[in-house]
Amino acid sequence: MPAGVYVVVEHLNGQIAELSFELLSAGRQLADARAGKLYALVLGAGGEASGVAGACGAADAALCVDHAALAGFAPEAHIVQLAALLKERPPAVTLVSNSSKGMDLAPALAVALGVAVVTNVAGLAVEGAKIVATSRLYGGKIAVEAEVEGGAAVLSLLAGAFPADKGKSGKPVAVETVSPCPQLDNARVAFKRLERPEAADIDISKQEVLVSVGRGIQDKENLALVQELAEALGAALCASRPLVDMGWMPKSRQVGKSGASVKPKVYLAVGISGAPEHVQGMKDAATIIAINSDPKAPIFDVAHYGVAADLFEVVPALTEKLRALRG
Amino acid sequence: MHIVVPLRQSPDLVEELQINAEATDIDRQAAKLGISEWDEQALEEALCLKDGSGAKVTVVTAEGGQAEELLFTALAKGADRALKLAGDFSAPMDNHRLARALADAIGRLGANLVLTGVQSVEDLDGQVAVLLAAMLGWPHVSVVTRVELAGETAQVKQEHSGGVSAELEVRLPAVIGVQAARRTPRYAPVSKVRQAQKSAKLERLAVATDGRSGLRVRRVFKPEAAAQAEMIQGTPEEIAAKLVAILSERGLSR
Repeated sequence: MPAGVYVVVEHLNGQIAELSFELLSAGRQLADARAGKLYALVLGAGGEASGVAGACGAADAALCVDHAALAGFAPEAHIVQLAALLKERPPAVTLVSNSSKGMDLAPALAVALGVAVVTNVAGLAVEGAKIVATSRLYGGKIAVEAEVEGGAAVLSLLAGAFPADKGKSGKPVAVETVSPCPQLDNARVAFKRLERPEAADIDISKQEVLVSVGRGIQDKENLALVQELAEALGAALCASRPLVDMGWMPKSRQVGKSGASVKPKVYLAVGISGAPEHVQGMKDAATIIAINSDPKAPIFDVAHYGVAADLFEVVPALTEKLRALRG
Repeated sequence: MHIVVPLRQSPDLVEELQINAEATDIDRQAAKLGISEWDEQALEEALCLKDGSGAKVTVVTAEGGQAEELLFTALAKGADRALKLAGDFSAPMDNHRLARALADAIGRLGANLVLTGVQSVEDLDGQVAVLLAAMLGWPHVSVVTRVELAGETAQVKQEHSGGVSAELEVRLPAVIGVQAARRTPRYAPVSKVRQAQKSAKLERLAVATDGRSGLRVRRVFKPEAAAQAEMIQGTPEEIAAKLVAILSERGLSR
């Protein structure tokens, strides 16, 4: 019997995460290539799992587990339950997102199942019994093609690498409820509560024009340069993660994986190299313009217009021209 | 309370990376190595816990390259003890091997808590924090931005997407993958690092490095972009004028 493909579906407030549709899309392709079945795995508490499972129409079947310890996200409970469920089945390929949850799940699940794990996967191919995964490492600048022997592995997929649309299907799916495993009652990690982001002065996800600044700005003092550009353009200022971690910009202005996802009419990226974590949050902007001194920066792969030059020369020149136009 | 902080060297991405002649790895001789940025955050969070509650902080790293500089800098910042791990770390991009070495070291050093970077820039076969926890049989939480100690447990804040975060309680011993410390990592002045080099001693511990990823790297290459930006050339003035034209077309420079 051909091995199946299992997708770990993430959800919040009854909604499936966009990343999980990308997994279902990649999983469908992989399952078809191996003439196997695609299963959606949905864990949750208070009956939410079965509701979510019903929306996984791209899968051949959905398996759901409901238990109080699976509320929110406590890594250990999810790993123990997924391992228990998968161990009873033939060795398979399991797909997770490289989200916060996925980071905890993928390596631990692989160790528990005694199979290989590949992280940061952006491409997949099947060659006979082998799976060939291509990962993007070093901030997206280098690709590594690796071969997994045999048919079993846990793969953690990069956000945005597979089309979510193909993972969405209104087709009805058979939902099977699986009994929770007994170890769930002794988990050593307890989920306490979720914290929502604090209300910010502006919501960057609702802005039409954004100027976004990254590490290339070099010094906190230099932020005035991009602030002036944003003002001249009537745009809001946002940033990539490193600037927020350094305390130069507030968390509410962070674009990317752990910050906001934005879709403005224009996104002007200044001194941003374009690591996958950042690109995940801005790739859907209508027009992306990037200014970065490194002509090989991955930001130019996603931008529509690129300027490979010194931002300290280009930004003041641009600000001046915009000011002159506004009079 | 004993906190062990594994540190790793990783290539500086500001420099352009080269691929080796066999296309099986990056060219590590040519790369500029330094402390992995997430490990620097983990060390800071550990030192904050030491400042607050008097925990003892031990740093460990695989020997070779800039290992000694990394360890002396950590001592200058306030770590109590530093060890070089000796073993076969020759296989590139194999976190299973590194995690196995760390598990061996931690088994012998003893620890209540391990804080290390949530990831590195070269994670092909899983993140080390989680692999290490799985090998030790300890609980773990990744993408953490704050750790508070409370008796036999740690309260941690885990970040999720969209600015959402979760509060979790973890029974110790545990491994925490740190995304960011509660404050900007402290800076060790060169004079203090030199002083550490003169007065402090680095220990050396031979460790098992028989972990295996089970992967075979076929090819390492620079990816071709599916799409490329239209590049705008010229003097800063000319570039600015062209950008204004692009913005004007979208009704944005009135």
